[in-house]
Amino acid sequence: MSADFMVDVRGVHKSFGALTVLDGVDLQVRQGEVTVLLGPSGSGKSTLLRLINHLERADRGFISVGGELMGYRRSGDRLHELKEREILKQRTRIGFVFQNFNLFGHLTVLENVVEAPISAQRRPRGEAEARARELLARVGLEDKVSEYPRRLSGGQQQRVAIARALALEPDVLLFDEPTSALDPELVGEVLAVIRDLAKSGTTMVVVTHELGFAREVADTVVFLDAGRVVEQGPPEAVLDHPQHARTRAFVEKVL
Amino acid sequence: MTSDLGTRSPAPAASPEESLKIVPARHPATWVAAAVVAVLVAMAGHALVTNKAFDWPTFSRFVFQKSILEAVALTLELTLFGVVAGFLLGTVLALMRISRNPLLRAVSWTYTWIFRSVPLILQLLFWYNLAILYNEISFGVPFGPSFVSVGTMSLIPPFLAAGLGLALHQGAYAAEIVRAGFLSVDAGQREAAAALGIPAGRQLRRIVLPQAMRTIVPTAANEIIGLLKATSQVYVMALPELFYQVQVIYTRSGRVIPLLLVATFWYLALTTVLSAGQFFVERRLGRGA
Repeated sequence: MSADFMVDVRGVHKSFGALTVLDGVDLQVRQGEVTVLLGPSGSGKSTLLRLINHLERADRGFISVGGELMGYRRSGDRLHELKEREILKQRTRIGFVFQNFNLFGHLTVLENVVEAPISAQRRPRGEAEARARELLARVGLEDKVSEYPRRLSGGQQQRVAIARALALEPDVLLFDEPTSALDPELVGEVLAVIRDLAKSGTTMVVVTHELGFAREVADTVVFLDAGRVVEQGPPEAVLDHPQHARTRAFVEKVL
Repeated sequence: MTSDLGTRSPAPAASPEESLKIVPARHPATWVAAAVVAVLVAMAGHALVTNKAFDWPTFSRFVFQKSILEAVALTLELTLFGVVAGFLLGTVLALMRISRNPLLRAVSWTYTWIFRSVPLILQLLFWYNLAILYNEISFGVPFGPSFVSVGTMSLIPPFLAAGLGLALHQGAYAAEIVRAGFLSVDAGQREAAAALGIPAGRQLRRIVLPQAMRTIVPTAANEIIGLLKATSQVYVMALPELFYQVQVIYTRSGRVIPLLLVATFWYLALTTVLSAGQFFVERRLGRGA
Protein backbone atom coordinates (compact mmCIF):
# COMPACT_ATOMS: atom_id res chain seq x y z
CA MET A 1 0.00 0.00 0.00
CA SER A 2 1.48 3.29 -0.96
CA ALA A 3 1.24 6.34 1.23
CA ASP A 4 1.14 8.64 -1.80
CA PHE A 5 -2.61 8.58 -1.64
CA MET A 6 -4.77 9.66 1.26
CA VAL A 7 -7.41 7.17 0.21
CA ASP A 8 -6.33 4.13 -1.77
CA VAL A 9 -8.95 1.59 -2.86
CA ARG A 10 -7.62 -1.47 -4.69
CA GLY A 11 -9.72 -4.12 -6.41
CA VAL A 12 -12.66 -3.96 -4.04
CA HIS A 13 -15.57 -6.35 -4.44
CA LYS A 14 -18.70 -6.38 -2.34
CA SER A 15 -21.93 -8.29 -2.64
CA PHE A 16 -25.00 -8.52 -0.48
CA GLY A 17 -26.27 -12.05 -1.00
CA ALA A 18 -26.67 -12.60 -4.72
CA LEU A 19 -26.45 -8.90 -5.50
CA THR A 20 -23.02 -7.69 -6.56
CA VAL A 21 -22.71 -4.06 -5.51
CA LEU A 22 -19.03 -3.41 -6.20
CA ASP A 23 -17.23 -5.38 -8.84
CA GLY A 24 -13.53 -4.57 -8.69
CA VAL A 25 -13.27 -0.90 -7.90
CA ASP A 26 -10.03 1.11 -7.76
CA LEU A 27 -9.98 4.65 -6.48
CA GLN A 28 -7.11 6.92 -5.46
CA VAL A 29 -7.51 10.24 -3.71
CA ARG A 30 -4.53 12.51 -3.09
CA GLN A 31 -4.16 14.67 -0.01
CA GLY A 32 -6.12 17.90 -0.30
CA GLU A 33 -8.11 16.65 -3.28
CA VAL A 34 -11.86 16.60 -3.65
CA THR A 35 -13.26 13.54 -5.39
CA VAL A 36 -16.92 13.43 -6.37
CA LEU A 37 -18.57 10.06 -6.94
CA LEU A 38 -21.41 10.13 -9.44
CA GLY A 39 -23.66 7.43 -10.73
CA PRO A 40 -27.21 6.17 -10.93
CA SER A 41 -28.78 4.86 -7.74
CA GLY A 42 -27.68 1.34 -7.02
CA SER A 43 -24.34 1.90 -8.74
CA GLY A 44 -22.46 1.27 -5.48
CA LYS A 45 -21.38 4.84 -4.59
CA SER A 46 -22.68 4.78 -1.03
CA THR A 47 -21.40 1.26 -0.43
CA LEU A 48 -17.94 2.32 -1.58
CA LEU A 49 -18.03 5.20 0.88
CA ARG A 50 -19.11 2.91 3.71
CA LEU A 51 -16.32 0.49 2.85
CA ILE A 52 -13.73 3.24 3.11
CA ASN A 53 -14.44 3.77 6.82
CA HIS A 54 -15.15 0.08 7.31
CA LEU A 55 -18.84 0.39 8.18
CA GLU A 56 -19.02 -2.47 5.71
CA ARG A 57 -16.32 -5.04 5.10
CA ALA A 58 -15.09 -5.70 1.55
CA ASP A 59 -15.37 -9.27 0.27
CA ARG A 60 -12.16 -8.84 -1.70
CA GLY A 61 -9.63 -6.06 -2.18
CA PHE A 62 -8.07 -3.61 0.24
CA ILE A 63 -8.55 -0.05 1.31
CA SER A 64 -6.01 2.13 3.00
CA VAL A 65 -6.47 5.60 4.43
CA GLY A 66 -3.41 7.73 5.12
CA GLY A 67 -1.21 4.74 4.31
CA GLU A 68 -2.87 2.61 6.96
CA LEU A 69 -4.75 -0.52 5.91
CA MET A 70 -8.37 -0.36 7.07
CA GLY A 71 -9.54 -3.28 9.19
CA TYR A 72 -6.32 -5.28 9.10
CA ARG A 73 -2.87 -5.29 10.62
CA ARG A 74 0.00 -6.66 8.63
CA SER A 75 2.67 -8.77 10.25
CA GLY A 76 5.08 -10.41 7.83
CA ASP A 77 3.02 -12.00 5.10
CA ARG A 78 -0.13 -12.28 7.19
CA LEU A 79 -3.03 -9.92 7.60
CA HIS A 80 -4.76 -10.03 10.95
CA GLU A 81 -8.32 -8.80 11.18
CA LEU A 82 -8.54 -5.95 13.64
CA LYS A 83 -10.80 -6.07 16.65
CA GLU A 84 -13.81 -3.79 16.82
CA ARG A 85 -11.97 -1.50 19.24
CA GLU A 86 -9.06 -0.99 16.84
CA ILE A 87 -11.39 -0.39 13.92
CA LEU A 88 -13.21 2.27 15.96
CA LYS A 89 -9.87 3.91 16.54
CA GLN A 90 -9.05 3.91 12.83
CA ARG A 91 -12.40 5.55 12.11
CA THR A 92 -11.57 8.58 14.23
CA ARG A 93 -9.28 9.65 11.37
CA ILE A 94 -12.17 9.63 8.92
CA GLY A 95 -15.14 11.98 9.15
CA PHE A 96 -18.44 10.66 7.82
CA VAL A 97 -21.48 12.77 6.98
CA PHE A 98 -24.71 10.85 6.44
CA GLN A 99 -27.60 11.56 4.12
CA ASN A 100 -30.01 11.60 7.09
CA PHE A 101 -27.63 13.52 9.40
CA ASN A 102 -28.00 10.91 12.19
CA LEU A 103 -27.50 13.50 14.90
CA PHE A 104 -28.01 12.18 18.42
CA GLY A 105 -31.52 13.44 19.16
CA HIS A 106 -31.26 13.33 22.96
CA LEU A 107 -28.10 15.43 23.03
CA THR A 108 -27.74 19.15 22.40
CA VAL A 109 -25.84 20.46 19.40
CA LEU A 110 -22.74 21.06 21.53
CA GLU A 111 -22.96 17.60 23.15
CA ASN A 112 -23.27 16.05 19.70
CA VAL A 113 -20.06 17.71 18.58
CA VAL A 114 -17.94 17.03 21.69
CA GLU A 115 -19.05 13.41 22.25
CA ALA A 116 -16.50 11.69 20.00
CA PRO A 117 -13.49 13.93 20.83
CA ILE A 118 -14.09 13.26 24.53
CA SER A 119 -14.96 9.56 24.44
CA ALA A 120 -12.95 8.35 21.44
CA GLN A 121 -9.95 10.69 21.58
CA ARG A 122 -9.92 11.34 25.33
CA ARG A 123 -9.62 15.09 24.96
CA PRO A 124 -10.36 17.25 27.99
CA ARG A 125 -13.96 18.52 27.98
CA GLY A 126 -12.99 22.20 28.13
CA GLU A 127 -10.71 21.94 25.14
CA ALA A 128 -13.26 19.88 23.19
CA GLU A 129 -16.01 22.41 23.90
CA ALA A 130 -13.89 25.36 22.88
CA ARG A 131 -13.02 23.60 19.62
CA ALA A 132 -16.68 22.63 19.08
CA ARG A 133 -17.78 26.24 19.44
CA GLU A 134 -15.21 27.31 16.85
CA LEU A 135 -16.45 24.66 14.44
CA LEU A 136 -20.09 25.56 15.02
CA ALA A 137 -19.20 29.20 14.35
CA ARG A 138 -17.50 28.11 11.15
CA VAL A 139 -20.72 26.46 9.92
CA GLY A 140 -22.71 29.49 11.10
CA LEU A 141 -24.46 27.91 14.07
CA GLU A 142 -22.72 29.46 17.07
CA ASP A 143 -26.10 30.59 18.45
CA LYS A 144 -27.56 27.05 18.37
CA VAL A 145 -25.11 25.30 20.70
CA SER A 146 -27.70 24.41 23.33
CA GLU A 147 -30.55 23.54 20.96
CA TYR A 148 -31.70 19.97 20.42
CA PRO A 149 -31.39 18.70 16.81
CA ARG A 150 -35.15 18.37 16.28
CA ARG A 151 -35.55 22.11 16.78
CA LEU A 152 -33.27 22.80 13.79
CA SER A 153 -34.00 22.82 10.08
CA GLY A 154 -32.59 20.03 7.92
CA GLY A 155 -29.86 22.29 6.58
CA GLN A 156 -28.85 23.34 10.09
CA GLN A 157 -28.83 19.72 11.23
CA GLN A 158 -26.55 18.74 8.37
CA ARG A 159 -24.21 21.61 9.20
CA VAL A 160 -24.05 20.37 12.80
CA ALA A 161 -23.27 16.89 11.45
CA ILE A 162 -20.40 18.38 9.43
CA ALA A 163 -19.06 20.16 12.52
CA ARG A 164 -19.36 16.88 14.44
CA ALA A 165 -17.33 15.06 11.79
CA LEU A 166 -14.72 17.85 11.75
CA ALA A 167 -14.34 17.75 15.55
CA LEU A 168 -12.20 14.63 15.28
CA GLU A 169 -9.82 16.56 13.02
CA PRO A 170 -9.97 13.76 10.47
CA ASP A 171 -7.52 13.27 7.61
CA VAL A 172 -10.37 12.77 5.18
CA LEU A 173 -14.07 13.60 5.08
CA LEU A 174 -16.64 11.34 3.44
CA PHE A 175 -20.04 12.77 2.42
CA ASP A 176 -22.87 10.38 1.57
CA GLU A 177 -25.41 12.40 -0.43
CA PRO A 178 -25.29 15.21 2.12
CA THR A 179 -28.06 17.27 0.49
CA SER A 180 -30.43 14.55 -0.73
CA ALA A 181 -32.67 14.68 2.34
CA LEU A 182 -32.97 18.48 2.26
CA ASP A 183 -35.67 20.80 0.98
CA PRO A 184 -34.37 22.51 -2.19
CA GLU A 185 -33.99 25.93 -0.55
CA LEU A 186 -31.74 24.45 2.18
CA VAL A 187 -29.31 22.70 -0.17
CA GLY A 188 -27.29 25.87 -0.79
CA GLU A 189 -26.29 26.48 2.82
CA VAL A 190 -24.87 22.96 3.17
CA LEU A 191 -23.06 23.09 -0.16
CA ALA A 192 -21.57 26.44 0.88
CA VAL A 193 -20.02 24.81 3.94
CA ILE A 194 -18.61 21.92 1.90
CA ARG A 195 -17.28 24.34 -0.71
CA ASP A 196 -15.56 26.29 2.03
CA LEU A 197 -13.93 23.09 3.32
CA ALA A 198 -12.79 22.22 -0.19
CA LYS A 199 -11.08 25.60 -0.51
CA SER A 200 -9.26 25.09 2.76
CA GLY A 201 -7.63 21.95 1.38
CA THR A 202 -9.58 19.25 3.19
CA THR A 203 -9.37 15.85 1.53
CA MET A 204 -12.90 14.81 0.66
CA VAL A 205 -14.86 12.12 -1.10
CA VAL A 206 -18.38 13.28 -1.88
CA VAL A 207 -21.30 11.25 -3.20
CA THR A 208 -23.79 13.69 -4.69
CA HIS A 209 -26.27 14.29 -7.47
CA GLU A 210 -25.49 18.01 -7.64
CA LEU A 211 -23.63 18.19 -10.94
CA GLY A 212 -23.12 21.96 -10.75
CA PHE A 213 -21.51 21.55 -7.37
CA ALA A 214 -19.35 18.68 -8.65
CA ARG A 215 -18.13 20.83 -11.53
CA GLU A 216 -17.25 23.64 -9.16
CA VAL A 217 -15.42 21.85 -6.32
CA ALA A 218 -14.24 18.50 -7.67
CA ASP A 219 -10.64 17.88 -8.62
CA THR A 220 -11.69 14.48 -9.88
CA VAL A 221 -15.10 13.18 -10.87
CA VAL A 222 -15.57 9.41 -10.78
CA PHE A 223 -18.54 7.90 -12.58
CA LEU A 224 -19.70 4.53 -11.29
CA ASP A 225 -22.21 2.23 -12.87
CA ALA A 226 -23.22 -1.30 -11.88
CA GLY A 227 -20.39 -1.56 -9.37
CA ARG A 228 -17.58 -0.49 -11.68
CA VAL A 229 -15.71 2.73 -12.35
CA VAL A 230 -16.79 3.65 -15.87
CA GLU A 231 -14.93 6.89 -16.26
CA GLN A 232 -12.92 9.30 -14.17
CA GLY A 233 -11.05 12.53 -14.61
CA PRO A 234 -11.31 16.28 -14.14
CA PRO A 235 -14.93 17.54 -14.09
CA GLU A 236 -14.62 19.35 -17.45
CA ALA A 237 -13.65 16.08 -19.08
CA VAL A 238 -16.14 13.75 -17.44
CA LEU A 239 -19.11 16.12 -17.29
CA ASP A 240 -18.65 18.11 -20.49
CA HIS A 241 -17.01 15.57 -22.78
CA PRO A 242 -17.91 12.16 -21.43
CA GLN A 243 -16.25 9.35 -23.36
CA HIS A 244 -18.66 6.66 -22.34
CA ALA A 245 -22.24 6.28 -23.52
CA ARG A 246 -23.45 5.52 -20.00
CA THR A 247 -21.78 8.59 -18.55
CA ARG A 248 -23.23 10.70 -21.33
CA ALA A 249 -26.72 9.32 -20.74
CA PHE A 250 -26.45 9.98 -17.00
CA VAL A 251 -25.14 13.53 -17.35
CA GLU A 252 -27.86 14.40 -19.86
CA LYS A 253 -30.60 12.96 -17.68
CA VAL A 254 -29.48 14.76 -14.53
CA LEU A 255 -28.99 18.09 -16.28
CA MET B 1 -58.85 39.26 4.56
CA THR B 2 -55.77 40.64 2.87
CA SER B 3 -54.77 40.47 -0.71
CA ASP B 4 -51.31 40.43 -2.29
CA LEU B 5 -52.63 42.09 -5.42
CA GLY B 6 -51.72 45.69 -6.11
CA THR B 7 -55.27 46.89 -6.02
CA ARG B 8 -56.77 46.77 -2.61
CA SER B 9 -60.24 45.34 -2.64
CA PRO B 10 -62.56 46.96 -0.13
CA ALA B 11 -62.89 45.01 3.10
CA PRO B 12 -65.86 42.71 2.68
CA ALA B 13 -68.89 43.75 4.71
CA ALA B 14 -69.44 41.75 7.87
CA SER B 15 -71.28 38.64 6.79
CA PRO B 16 -74.93 38.61 7.92
CA GLU B 17 -74.27 35.57 10.21
CA GLU B 18 -71.95 37.59 12.44
CA SER B 19 -74.80 39.46 14.09
CA LEU B 20 -76.60 36.27 15.10
CA LYS B 21 -76.34 34.58 18.48
CA ILE B 22 -74.62 31.18 18.53
CA VAL B 23 -76.38 28.46 20.51
CA PRO B 24 -73.95 25.67 21.53
CA ALA B 25 -75.03 22.14 20.66
CA ARG B 26 -76.65 20.32 23.60
CA HIS B 27 -75.51 16.90 24.71
CA PRO B 28 -78.40 15.60 26.81
CA ALA B 29 -77.16 11.98 26.86
CA THR B 30 -73.86 13.08 28.42
CA TRP B 31 -75.75 14.91 31.14
CA VAL B 32 -77.88 11.86 31.92
CA ALA B 33 -74.79 9.63 32.06
CA ALA B 34 -73.02 12.11 34.33
CA ALA B 35 -76.03 12.21 36.66
CA VAL B 36 -76.14 8.41 36.87
CA VAL B 37 -72.42 8.22 37.62
CA ALA B 38 -72.70 10.97 40.25
CA VAL B 39 -75.45 9.04 42.05
CA LEU B 40 -73.38 5.82 41.95
CA VAL B 41 -70.29 7.61 43.31
CA ALA B 42 -72.37 9.15 46.10
CA MET B 43 -73.80 5.74 46.97
CA ALA B 44 -70.35 4.19 47.09
CA GLY B 45 -69.04 6.98 49.30
CA HIS B 46 -72.07 6.74 51.54
CA ALA B 47 -71.60 2.98 51.90
CA LEU B 48 -67.92 3.39 52.75
CA VAL B 49 -68.79 5.78 55.56
CA THR B 50 -71.97 4.22 56.92
CA ASN B 51 -71.45 0.48 56.55
CA LYS B 52 -70.15 -0.59 59.94
CA ALA B 53 -68.52 -3.69 58.40
CA PHE B 54 -65.78 -1.50 56.93
CA ASP B 55 -64.86 -0.88 60.55
CA TRP B 56 -62.82 2.30 60.05
CA PRO B 57 -61.78 2.49 63.72
CA THR B 58 -59.95 -0.84 63.33
CA PHE B 59 -58.47 0.36 60.04
CA SER B 60 -57.03 3.44 61.67
CA ARG B 61 -55.73 1.40 64.62
CA PHE B 62 -53.69 -0.83 62.31
CA VAL B 63 -52.81 1.27 59.31
CA PHE B 64 -49.70 2.84 60.89
CA GLN B 65 -48.99 0.04 63.34
CA LYS B 66 -45.36 -1.00 63.63
CA SER B 67 -45.84 -4.54 62.25
CA ILE B 68 -47.68 -3.13 59.23
CA LEU B 69 -45.02 -0.47 58.62
CA GLU B 70 -42.34 -3.14 58.78
CA ALA B 71 -44.33 -5.23 56.32
CA VAL B 72 -44.61 -2.23 53.98
CA ALA B 73 -40.84 -1.81 54.21
CA LEU B 74 -40.31 -5.46 53.32
CA THR B 75 -42.72 -5.16 50.38
CA LEU B 76 -40.72 -2.17 49.14
CA GLU B 77 -37.42 -4.01 49.58
CA LEU B 78 -38.72 -7.00 47.62
CA THR B 79 -40.03 -4.72 44.86
CA LEU B 80 -36.75 -2.83 44.66
CA PHE B 81 -34.69 -6.02 44.59
CA GLY B 82 -36.98 -7.59 41.98
CA VAL B 83 -36.96 -4.50 39.76
CA VAL B 84 -33.22 -3.80 39.90
CA ALA B 85 -32.11 -7.42 39.55
CA GLY B 86 -34.91 -8.16 37.09
CA PHE B 87 -34.07 -5.30 34.76
CA LEU B 88 -30.31 -5.99 34.95
CA LEU B 89 -31.04 -9.57 33.99
CA GLY B 90 -33.50 -8.39 31.35
CA THR B 91 -30.89 -6.08 29.80
CA VAL B 92 -28.37 -8.93 29.63
CA LEU B 93 -31.01 -11.22 28.10
CA ALA B 94 -31.99 -8.54 25.57
CA LEU B 95 -28.34 -8.04 24.55
CA MET B 96 -27.95 -11.82 24.22
CA ARG B 97 -31.10 -11.94 22.11
CA ILE B 98 -29.76 -9.39 19.61
CA SER B 99 -26.20 -10.73 19.62
CA ARG B 100 -24.50 -12.42 16.68
CA ASN B 101 -23.93 -15.66 18.60
CA PRO B 102 -26.73 -18.19 17.93
CA LEU B 103 -26.17 -20.00 21.26
CA LEU B 104 -26.63 -16.78 23.23
CA ARG B 105 -29.76 -16.00 21.23
CA ALA B 106 -31.18 -19.47 21.84
CA VAL B 107 -30.46 -19.40 25.56
CA SER B 108 -32.09 -15.99 25.92
CA TRP B 109 -35.14 -17.10 23.96
CA THR B 110 -35.51 -20.30 25.99
CA TYR B 111 -35.15 -18.45 29.27
CA THR B 112 -37.88 -16.00 28.33
CA TRP B 113 -40.09 -18.83 27.10
CA ILE B 114 -39.81 -20.79 30.36
CA PHE B 115 -40.05 -17.95 32.85
CA ARG B 116 -42.99 -16.35 31.10
CA SER B 117 -44.79 -19.71 31.06
CA VAL B 118 -44.45 -20.69 34.74
CA PRO B 119 -46.79 -18.86 37.13
CA LEU B 120 -44.89 -16.74 39.62
CA ILE B 121 -46.45 -18.41 42.66
CA LEU B 122 -45.37 -21.84 41.42
CA GLN B 123 -41.87 -20.59 40.78
CA LEU B 124 -41.66 -19.04 44.24
CA LEU B 125 -42.57 -22.40 45.76
CA PHE B 126 -39.78 -24.03 43.74
CA TRP B 127 -37.29 -21.58 45.18
CA TYR B 128 -38.71 -22.01 48.65
CA ASN B 129 -38.20 -25.75 48.37
CA LEU B 130 -34.83 -25.58 46.64
CA ALA B 131 -33.25 -27.30 49.62
CA ILE B 132 -35.18 -30.46 48.75
CA LEU B 133 -33.85 -30.39 45.20
CA TYR B 134 -30.26 -29.55 46.13
CA ASN B 135 -29.41 -29.62 49.80
CA GLU B 136 -25.87 -28.45 49.15
CA ILE B 137 -24.47 -25.95 46.72
CA SER B 138 -20.81 -26.34 45.77
CA PHE B 139 -18.47 -23.91 44.10
CA GLY B 140 -15.63 -25.38 42.05
CA VAL B 141 -14.64 -26.60 38.62
CA PRO B 142 -17.73 -27.43 36.50
CA PHE B 143 -18.19 -31.24 36.57
CA GLY B 144 -14.89 -31.39 38.55
CA PRO B 145 -13.80 -31.06 42.17
CA SER B 146 -15.51 -28.53 44.39
CA PHE B 147 -13.78 -26.00 46.62
CA VAL B 148 -16.57 -24.87 48.93
CA SER B 149 -19.90 -26.43 49.81
CA VAL B 150 -22.69 -24.57 51.54
CA GLY B 151 -26.04 -25.82 52.76
CA THR B 152 -28.73 -24.45 50.51
CA MET B 153 -30.87 -23.30 53.43
CA SER B 154 -28.11 -21.11 54.80
CA LEU B 155 -27.06 -19.83 51.38
CA ILE B 156 -30.53 -18.82 50.29
CA PRO B 157 -32.47 -17.25 53.15
CA PRO B 158 -36.20 -16.69 52.52
CA PHE B 159 -35.74 -13.04 51.52
CA LEU B 160 -33.19 -13.92 48.86
CA ALA B 161 -35.31 -16.83 47.63
CA ALA B 162 -38.30 -14.53 47.28
CA GLY B 163 -36.25 -11.72 45.73
CA LEU B 164 -34.61 -14.10 43.27
CA GLY B 165 -37.95 -15.59 42.34
CA LEU B 166 -39.35 -12.13 41.62
CA ALA B 167 -36.20 -11.06 39.75
CA LEU B 168 -36.03 -14.16 37.56
CA HIS B 169 -39.69 -13.78 36.71
CA GLN B 170 -39.34 -10.06 36.05
CA GLY B 171 -36.17 -10.61 34.01
CA ALA B 172 -38.10 -12.56 31.36
CA TYR B 173 -40.56 -9.70 30.87
CA ALA B 174 -37.91 -7.01 31.19
CA ALA B 175 -35.89 -8.71 28.44
CA GLU B 176 -38.68 -8.15 25.94
CA ILE B 177 -39.26 -4.58 27.07
CA VAL B 178 -35.57 -3.69 26.83
CA ARG B 179 -35.31 -5.40 23.44
CA ALA B 180 -38.28 -3.42 22.15
CA GLY B 181 -36.51 -0.31 23.43
CA PHE B 182 -33.32 -1.13 21.51
CA LEU B 183 -35.30 -1.85 18.36
CA SER B 184 -37.06 1.51 18.64
CA VAL B 185 -33.77 3.40 18.25
CA ASP B 186 -32.98 4.18 14.61
CA ALA B 187 -30.08 2.07 13.29
CA GLY B 188 -28.48 5.29 12.03
CA GLN B 189 -27.76 6.35 15.61
CA ARG B 190 -25.56 3.33 16.24
CA GLU B 191 -24.01 3.73 12.81
CA ALA B 192 -23.17 7.39 13.39
CA ALA B 193 -21.63 6.50 16.75
CA ALA B 194 -19.56 3.76 15.08
CA ALA B 195 -18.47 6.13 12.30
CA LEU B 196 -17.28 8.60 14.96
CA GLY B 197 -15.23 5.86 16.61
CA ILE B 198 -17.09 6.09 19.92
CA PRO B 199 -16.15 3.00 22.00
CA ALA B 200 -18.72 0.18 21.91
CA GLY B 201 -19.73 0.33 25.59
CA ARG B 202 -20.11 4.07 25.39
CA GLN B 203 -22.23 3.76 22.23
CA LEU B 204 -24.63 1.61 24.21
CA ARG B 205 -24.70 3.70 27.41
CA ARG B 206 -24.54 7.18 25.97
CA ILE B 207 -26.26 6.92 22.59
CA VAL B 208 -28.57 3.89 22.37
CA LEU B 209 -29.84 3.31 25.94
CA PRO B 210 -30.98 6.88 26.71
CA GLN B 211 -33.06 6.89 23.54
CA ALA B 212 -34.31 3.34 24.14
CA MET B 213 -35.40 4.45 27.61
CA ARG B 214 -38.12 6.64 26.08
CA THR B 215 -39.82 3.48 24.87
CA ILE B 216 -38.82 1.38 27.87
CA VAL B 217 -40.00 3.62 30.71
CA PRO B 218 -43.79 3.69 30.20
CA THR B 219 -43.93 -0.10 29.86
CA ALA B 220 -41.38 -0.62 32.62
CA ALA B 221 -43.46 1.55 34.98
CA ASN B 222 -46.39 -0.79 34.36
CA GLU B 223 -44.15 -3.74 35.15
CA ILE B 224 -42.80 -2.17 38.33
CA ILE B 225 -46.31 -1.50 39.59
CA GLY B 226 -47.21 -5.06 38.62
CA LEU B 227 -44.23 -6.37 40.54
CA LEU B 228 -45.15 -4.30 43.60
CA LYS B 229 -48.42 -6.17 43.72
CA ALA B 230 -46.84 -9.48 42.73
CA THR B 231 -44.84 -9.33 45.96
CA SER B 232 -48.12 -10.25 47.69
CA GLN B 233 -47.67 -13.76 46.28
CA VAL B 234 -44.56 -14.12 48.40
CA TYR B 235 -46.94 -14.81 51.30
CA VAL B 236 -46.66 -18.51 50.27
CA MET B 237 -43.08 -18.37 51.58
CA ALA B 238 -44.28 -17.08 54.96
CA LEU B 239 -42.29 -13.89 54.46
CA PRO B 240 -43.92 -11.08 56.44
CA GLU B 241 -44.57 -8.67 53.59
CA LEU B 242 -47.71 -6.54 53.57
CA PHE B 243 -50.24 -9.09 52.37
CA TYR B 244 -48.90 -11.86 54.63
CA GLN B 245 -48.90 -9.52 57.62
CA VAL B 246 -52.53 -8.42 57.24
CA GLN B 247 -53.52 -12.07 56.89
CA VAL B 248 -51.72 -12.88 60.12
CA ILE B 249 -53.52 -10.07 61.91
CA TYR B 250 -57.00 -10.85 60.61
CA THR B 251 -56.79 -14.59 61.26
CA ARG B 252 -55.96 -13.69 64.85
CA SER B 253 -58.54 -10.91 65.29
CA GLY B 254 -61.18 -11.95 62.78
CA ARG B 255 -61.40 -8.41 61.41
CA VAL B 256 -60.92 -9.27 57.75
CA ILE B 257 -62.35 -6.25 55.92
CA PRO B 258 -60.54 -3.42 57.76
CA LEU B 259 -57.23 -5.22 57.39
CA LEU B 260 -57.75 -5.80 53.69
CA LEU B 261 -58.44 -2.05 53.55
CA VAL B 262 -55.12 -1.43 55.31
CA ALA B 263 -53.33 -3.41 52.60
CA THR B 264 -55.35 -1.63 49.90
CA PHE B 265 -54.41 1.75 51.36
CA TRP B 266 -50.70 0.95 51.25
CA TYR B 267 -50.71 -0.57 47.75
CA LEU B 268 -52.56 2.55 46.56
CA ALA B 269 -50.10 4.85 48.30
CA LEU B 270 -47.03 3.07 46.92
CA THR B 271 -48.45 2.95 43.39
CA THR B 272 -49.17 6.69 43.61
CA VAL B 273 -45.54 7.37 44.48
CA LEU B 274 -44.36 5.17 41.60
CA SER B 275 -46.67 6.90 39.12
CA ALA B 276 -45.36 10.29 40.22
CA GLY B 277 -41.82 8.97 39.76
CA GLN B 278 -42.70 7.82 36.25
CA PHE B 279 -43.91 11.32 35.39
CA PHE B 280 -40.61 12.92 36.37
CA VAL B 281 -38.45 10.27 34.73
CA GLU B 282 -40.38 10.61 31.46
CA ARG B 283 -40.10 14.37 31.54
CA ARG B 284 -36.34 14.10 31.94
CA LEU B 285 -35.97 11.53 29.15
CA GLY B 286 -38.16 13.60 26.84
CA ARG B 287 -35.36 16.11 26.27
CA GLY B 288 -34.87 16.87 22.61
CA ALA B 289 -38.00 14.97 21.60
